[in-house]
Amino acid sequence: MTTPLLDMRVEAKCYGERTVLAHTEVQIAPGEVVSLVGPSGCGKSTLLKIAAGLDAGYRGEVRMDGAPQRAPSPRIGVIFQEPRLLPWLTIADNVGFAAGPQGGRDPRVATLLEEVGLAPHAQALPKSLSGGMAQRAALARGLFGQPDLLLLDEPFSAVDAITRMRLQTLLLTLVHRHHSAALLITHDLDEALYLSDRVLLMAAGPGRIVEQHRIGADHPRRRGDPALASLKERMIEHLESAQLA
Amino acid sequence: MAVDDTLPLLHDTYGSARNPAQNSMGERQHGAEAISMPAAAPVRAPVPAPVPSARDHLRLWRHAGLILPLAVLALVEALVRSGIIPDHLLPAPSTIAQTLWQMGLARVLRHVLTSTFRVGLGFAVGAALAALLGAAMGLSRRLEALLEPSFQALRAIPSLAWVPILLLWMGIDEAPKITLIAIGAFFPIHLAVVAGMRDVDRKLVELGAVYRLSAYALFRRILLPAALPQIFTGLRTGLSLAWMFMVAAELIAATRGLGYMLSDGRETGRPDLVFGAILLLAVLGKLSDGGMRWLEYRVLSWRDSYDPSGPGPGAR
Repeated sequence: MTTPLLDMRVEAKCYGERTVLAHTEVQIAPGEVVSLVGPSGCGKSTLLKIAAGLDAGYRGEVRMDGAPQRAPSPRIGVIFQEPRLLPWLTIADNVGFAAGPQGGRDPRVATLLEEVGLAPHAQALPKSLSGGMAQRAALARGLFGQPDLLLLDEPFSAVDAITRMRLQTLLLTLVHRHHSAALLITHDLDEALYLSDRVLLMAAGPGRIVEQHRIGADHPRRRGDPALASLKERMIEHLESAQLA
Repeated sequence: MAVDDTLPLLHDTYGSARNPAQNSMGERQHGAEAISMPAAAPVRAPVPAPVPSARDHLRLWRHAGLILPLAVLALVEALVRSGIIPDHLLPAPSTIAQTLWQMGLARVLRHVLTSTFRVGLGFAVGAALAALLGAAMGLSRRLEALLEPSFQALRAIPSLAWVPILLLWMGIDEAPKITLIAIGAFFPIHLAVVAGMRDVDRKLVELGAVYRLSAYALFRRILLPAALPQIFTGLRTGLSLAWMFMVAAELIAATRGLGYMLSDGRETGRPDLVFGAILLLAVLGKLSDGGMRWLEYRVLSWRDSYDPSGPGPGAR
């Protein structure tokens, strides 16, 4: 692979005495969708925070296009587990937050709201939106800065199953349309298999990447595809043996 | 009513025979139909009938709440006139009204405006200082650690204890009165601003970091709006304390104002004057708190919280 878009090498990340990440490396190519799957407490979210530049207290290095980076960058969009919309701003102003207090008027906001199906709710307040709608607004906000990389921290874990599938499909459409790469943290193997070009399996204590799988299947993928199902079984076996080790 | 407007439409869509229940049960009925008749979907999706708003639901009680004080006044009037309550202790409301009328609009207004002006100025000064200091302490943990013990001690001083000091330092002009009122308003607002800033969700601050907000932008765009609900609670408490401290200030040294009216009435043995002042204070306090609530409602309409005037568990 030529220079990766994101190249992160974390030698160690500790909270006090406890080492949460050790010798963890993640490379992401431009436009690539990578999932990070692992049990809770294995340091997935910590890894994402380091990639986002929100946590500089680690040993190692993060590079974007070869340039070292230790602070949040406009080239990276972050989507959290909960929508994290500012309740006093309209949906439009939330989406255009990066463009300043009048961000909602930016023409790109209207386009993005159209893409995530929230155009009729541009002037609504977050309190009137359902969980799925709010997360779509958060997706639009994450894409507003035309980032090269989207970081997503279990973004669909708090919505119901049907909404989750719709959001997954939407995410895939948006990522492909905006030519953005994505690093998705999830504990849902099906989600990882449906969305990713590559799945990284993490184990805990200390957190590290134990295996990776490249998934060649074309999009749109069929949920419940036998090939994906057998891959899933192998991953589960691997995760379980890694837990025991 | 809005419910009645939508019902006929839904009847036409689904046939009236299937919808025997109406009005109060309307919403639930429509929901059940939507499931039982999916084929009707292309015609018109069933719009849930708007829940009758809480305002309607509570209208009777709201009106009763306004009438209650008038009813109490009427009762007092009757008790005094029939001689059950001696009128040198509690004058009849009609006597109080007459007294105020005889004083003349100009004199009453002068007292009212003087007091209102003092409260307004004192509150403004106190609130401004509280907002400034509170924001500084809310933003800087060092500053809070440095100043909080002193503020705790200052807060503990009863209002009346300030009076002799202020009279000693500032004489008996407007200055000590305004200062006393400002002190009264300061503490609850200061407390609310510090707590409001302190309680802002860490996750929202993290969002500010993702968008690389400067310290000022973080304050202006995230911390301040997030703290506003608490700040407003402080402002309302501060305003009511400002009225209280105004009376304390005017009771001691004043030649006009409602506090002066109170002490004047006591010294000249005129309960009608005292009660006149008390009634005016009640009305002014109610008006100013109402104004503040209206402002709060407008500014904080984004809040997604339990609305005490909204439909309760039994309202639907």
